[in-house]
Amino acid sequence: MASLTIRNVRKVYPNGAEILKGIDLDIEDGQFLILVGGSGCGKSTLLNMIAGLESVSEGQICIGDRVVNDVPPKERDIAMVFQSYALYPTMTVRENISFGLGIRKVPKPEQEKIVARVAETLQMTHLLDRKPAMLSGGQRQRVAMGRAIARDPSLFLFDEPLSNLDAKLRVEMRAEIKLLHQRLGATIVYVTHDQIEAMTLGDRIAVMRDGVVQQFGSPQEIYDHPTNLYVAGFIGSPSMNFLRGKLVDQNGPVFALEHGGRTALLPVPTPSAALLKWLGKEVILGIRPEHVTDADSARRAVTSADYHPTEVDCRVEMTEPTGPDTLVFSWFNGVRTTCRTHPRANALPGGDVKLAFDLSKAVFFDPETELRIGLTSV
Amino acid sequence: MAAEFHGEGGRITPGRIAIYALLVLVALYYLAPLYVMLTTSVKTLDQIRQGNLLDFPLAPTTAAWSKAWSGACTGVRCEGLAPYFWNSMQMVIPAVLISSLIGSLNGYVLAHWRFPGHNVVFTALMVGCFIPFQVVILPMARVLGMADLANTTTGLVLVHIVYGIAFTTLFFRNYYVTVPDELVNAARIDGAGFFMIYRRIIFPLSLPIFMVCFIWQFTQIWNDFLFGVVFGGADAQPVTVALNNLVNTSTGVTEYNVNMAAAIIAALPTLVIYLIAGKYFVRGLTAGAVKG
Repeated sequence: MASLTIRNVRKVYPNGAEILKGIDLDIEDGQFLILVGGSGCGKSTLLNMIAGLESVSEGQICIGDRVVNDVPPKERDIAMVFQSYALYPTMTVRENISFGLGIRKVPKPEQEKIVARVAETLQMTHLLDRKPAMLSGGQRQRVAMGRAIARDPSLFLFDEPLSNLDAKLRVEMRAEIKLLHQRLGATIVYVTHDQIEAMTLGDRIAVMRDGVVQQFGSPQEIYDHPTNLYVAGFIGSPSMNFLRGKLVDQNGPVFALEHGGRTALLPVPTPSAALLKWLGKEVILGIRPEHVTDADSARRAVTSADYHPTEVDCRVEMTEPTGPDTLVFSWFNGVRTTCRTHPRANALPGGDVKLAFDLSKAVFFDPETELRIGLTSV
Repeated sequence: MAAEFHGEGGRITPGRIAIYALLVLVALYYLAPLYVMLTTSVKTLDQIRQGNLLDFPLAPTTAAWSKAWSGACTGVRCEGLAPYFWNSMQMVIPAVLISSLIGSLNGYVLAHWRFPGHNVVFTALMVGCFIPFQVVILPMARVLGMADLANTTTGLVLVHIVYGIAFTTLFFRNYYVTVPDELVNAARIDGAGFFMIYRRIIFPLSLPIFMVCFIWQFTQIWNDFLFGVVFGGADAQPVTVALNNLVNTSTGVTEYNVNMAAAIIAALPTLVIYLIAGKYFVRGLTAGAVKG
């Protein structure tokens, strides 16, 4: 296993298109790094550069202590799992797994031992003599992982490995990948556009957009303290609500919440020094759906004696029961806002419900730069 | 369309009868020349002179076939088509195999190992498909002369390989483009090099397109007359040239039965190739390399 260091890496194509604009990331031995972002953000390009399938225009990529910029893929000691699985269609599962071993001149008996072990690990011993065309999507996925594991590389690369699977299988395989990581202690770089995969799998997440890392941190850090509007909106499902409104000074900052022609005032508990500078100005309040809940649940969940979420009567536009929660949609500050309520609150479309706004975990953004207010460093 | 036909079940409608009648008519129209050739080739000369073109042979005989194969005069020599038939075989087999193999490697490079300027090469090859035979005759004659290959079968093989590469490359390139890049990348990460990937991953996927290439190249090269007549010396002339000489020999009577038999003999190998590999033809041209 090995660490991975990416220093100021840029990718510029001959036609002048700049795909990556200076990426800095590093992870330690055994960490699970997620590259996440919308399509065209450069995440797959970066992965291909780590794999050695694309050249590095500028900067450095190090696996362990070794700069690998000019090292061909086969000498980088990596294994990759592709989106389409890329199983060799004319070979059996056994041959698929041992192909790379054969090329590396691993002796035959040793190869057989490795194939048997890998098949055991992934519970696919009965599939060894089949061709890929005879396998289901989940089985192909498993073979693709088996092929990667067999090589025992110092770095695993996953390129959106679950995106071709149906929803149920995706959840299963996600868990399997996570277990695999725990068992092997492998260093993994994993590309996805799915923020749930990012949150559930990653030790470290790099949220990318337009060739720039927007934020690099642990899943919880990114969830609780997003650096800007893009990250805040991208991570979390349902998405964070963004309400544009004025920060009023009433012995401390108070957010002016407008609904149905009325204005409710939401005091901000323990405001940061940076936020105090915004008194009297317009800001964007970022508040996650779980922090706007029915008043009853909010009272039960009170965590601090000093702060009680502000309760507001409001009109329900629409609801989406998900089972454990009922999502309630209501309009505030001209934005349809998602609120997560307990089913017992029994909110009905067109009816009224008392919602509690918990601002203790809310974040505020500068409407101009879209950066979070109170960000210490960018 | 198909569903519509099935939907009508077994009912016979006037429309259906009209369609079948038309199809039968067209089929007959296309089969008529073959019928005339086959029947004429087993008729005696007397019946041909007296009878109707469409008459059935009264006393079928294979004499014309043996004569066409081993006795008919093609110009000065009277050894039938046999020696030229083997000339053609000696020319067509290496030419087809080598041009297909080179096309396959070229296609693999153009589809999966793009190099600076690959588009220029590809365009040049496309243009190569549209160059008429006549244009290359003079320069080709110079080249063959300089290489000391003029009037030899080897020279003809070379000509057909060079001329065929443009087509075979296009076939293979368009087929290999359907092989996902990820497959090649996976093999690269597994440690395989250029030829290893070709041999272990790409080549085993190529049977359908090889068949397409074989049929196309075999038909082109076997049926070629111009290169054969220009570059094939007296001992290297292919069967097409011999057939021409046989039919155009002006001494004595015109033996239509021998001519027909000779024409069928000359056309037979391409027919056989179609029968053997034909099922791959449509499949190879339409299907991608990797299913599922």
